[in-house]
Amino acid sequence: MGRSDMTYPSTTLASTTAKDRPVISRRNRRDWLAGYLFVLPDALGLLVFVGLPMLLALGIGFFEVDGFGSYKFVAFKNYARMWHDPLFWSALRVTVLYAVMLVPALYVSGLGLALLVQRGGRFATVIRAMFFAPQMVSLVVVALVWQILLVEKVGAIGRLAAAIGWGPVSFLGDPNLALITLVAVSVWFMMGFYMLIFLGGLQDIPGEYYEAAKIDGAGPVTSFWYITLPLLRPTSFFVLLVSIVMAAAGGQVFDLIYVMTNGGPVNATAALIVYIYKQAFQLGAFGYASAMASLLVVMLMLVTLLLFALTRGGRFDHD
Amino acid sequence: MTSTHSAGSAHILRLLWMLISAVLALMTIFPLVWMLVIAFKPAPEVFAPNFLPVSPTLGNFLYVLTEVPFLRYLANSFFMSATVTIVALFFHSMAGYALARLHFPGRDFIFLAMFSTFLVSLPVIIVPLFILVKALGLINTYAGLIVPSIFNAFGIFLLRQYYLSLPRELEEAAIMDGAGRWRIYWSIVLPLSRPILAALAILFFLANWNAFLWPLTVASDTNLWVVQVAIVNFKSQYAGAWNYVMAASTIVALPMLVLFVIFQRQITESIKTSGLK
Repeated sequence: MGRSDMTYPSTTLASTTAKDRPVISRRNRRDWLAGYLFVLPDALGLLVFVGLPMLLALGIGFFEVDGFGSYKFVAFKNYARMWHDPLFWSALRVTVLYAVMLVPALYVSGLGLALLVQRGGRFATVIRAMFFAPQMVSLVVVALVWQILLVEKVGAIGRLAAAIGWGPVSFLGDPNLALITLVAVSVWFMMGFYMLIFLGGLQDIPGEYYEAAKIDGAGPVTSFWYITLPLLRPTSFFVLLVSIVMAAAGGQVFDLIYVMTNGGPVNATAALIVYIYKQAFQLGAFGYASAMASLLVVMLMLVTLLLFALTRGGRFDHD
Repeated sequence: MTSTHSAGSAHILRLLWMLISAVLALMTIFPLVWMLVIAFKPAPEVFAPNFLPVSPTLGNFLYVLTEVPFLRYLANSFFMSATVTIVALFFHSMAGYALARLHFPGRDFIFLAMFSTFLVSLPVIIVPLFILVKALGLINTYAGLIVPSIFNAFGIFLLRQYYLSLPRELEEAAIMDGAGRWRIYWSIVLPLSRPILAALAILFFLANWNAFLWPLTVASDTNLWVVQVAIVNFKSQYAGAWNYVMAASTIVALPMLVLFVIFQRQITESIKTSGLK
């Protein structure tokens, strides 16, 4: 789309009379073409590298794929296999447990930190940056650093645990502790992100509301409960939606688990996304992996719809 | 009497707030400091109780940079991240501009369709994406590493928001002068987008520099390894050589932390706005 060689009188933009309509529609059609060409690269890219794989996952789930890449239609066999696969159920359980622990923890820590650093000033800015700093580091590095910290007896946290009389603990080796430890590391890594999202939400609440409440004799707890929380609903909705999807299917969660525990000990941290990856890329079961991925997508869609229904998209009738 | 009393308690409250914030913040960055400290410790000191190294050494860094083709992995990471960032910013700003300002049939549908991919995460589509990229013959190529990483709805969404808030007057003057849409985009809109493009450039570069899952899946050829994949392999190869692993981690993480210290305001502001609307 080269530069236009036509000059339009300014009136054509402001008013539409019957006389100059042809000029307008010509301009419009040029705009149409420009619009399509401008969105084309991204639209095509998203279609091929996101949309198409979504559809393919659904399709491949009905096939059995062997090591030579030949496909055999097996209808619902992969889904039936899930039903009888204890490791699938264990993976589903790990995913749900991880999300059930992580999502509220992120909500509370994100909002808590946002309230803590809400006031401006140099000091608060530095503190904010420190809370956000882990976000700069890759999950690979995060996993490795925490592995060192958690080494039994001699790691920094291992020593701390011993010092407070918590005996020698193997945070990543004990099946009962490994998942909780992963949740803790996840919170440490992600809370800074949610803190910023909440800060954005808090800034949108007009200060007059708090002043009016103060005049009416409301304490900080009352204003938090009756002003902050209700007015944060759109932000809360966003935080819940994003953190649920992230906890169940996030790339960063995969990275963390894959490097830190690789699903162990004895599958205690093998979340669904980790199990799917192993089935596909270590055992070559592309069909089975795709079926599980499709099921995960359906479950996430249901959760999203439920969240929408419960909160009406985060937009309550307060306004 | 009462006023000095309440001023005093406000002062104490403020001190208490500063103390709590500072302690929590220091606890938060402790693991990163620990990484840095171990990177300078000789092997026998790694698990010693002393915080600072008794005999600090640069040997770990030297080892990592000379005994392993670490520079090559760094170069791969840089090339991939920079290419994705530049192409993505270009595509996303074009799409964002069209979706915010141009009128064409189906625009809202296209926007919604793009936006609906926002919650699709890589682990969910990794299997079919791998099959697709393999069918395109892009396994173990830079193109396979780069192209699928370009497209993401988040960037389009933020740029569209930005263009919606941009004053129309400047464009309108250019339209009067008979400039085509491309000219307007290239010489008016793009220069005006510099602040948001700068912020997004940092975020995109960071995300790709730190990416692990896709590079792990698409490139098994060691010549194509990015640093994140290399570190994980390095760690399993030198199991227990934590001083080397932490030196490698420091080399990978430190540039991003420095970037953060420099551009902290832009980074935090652009993330803050992403949660709204």
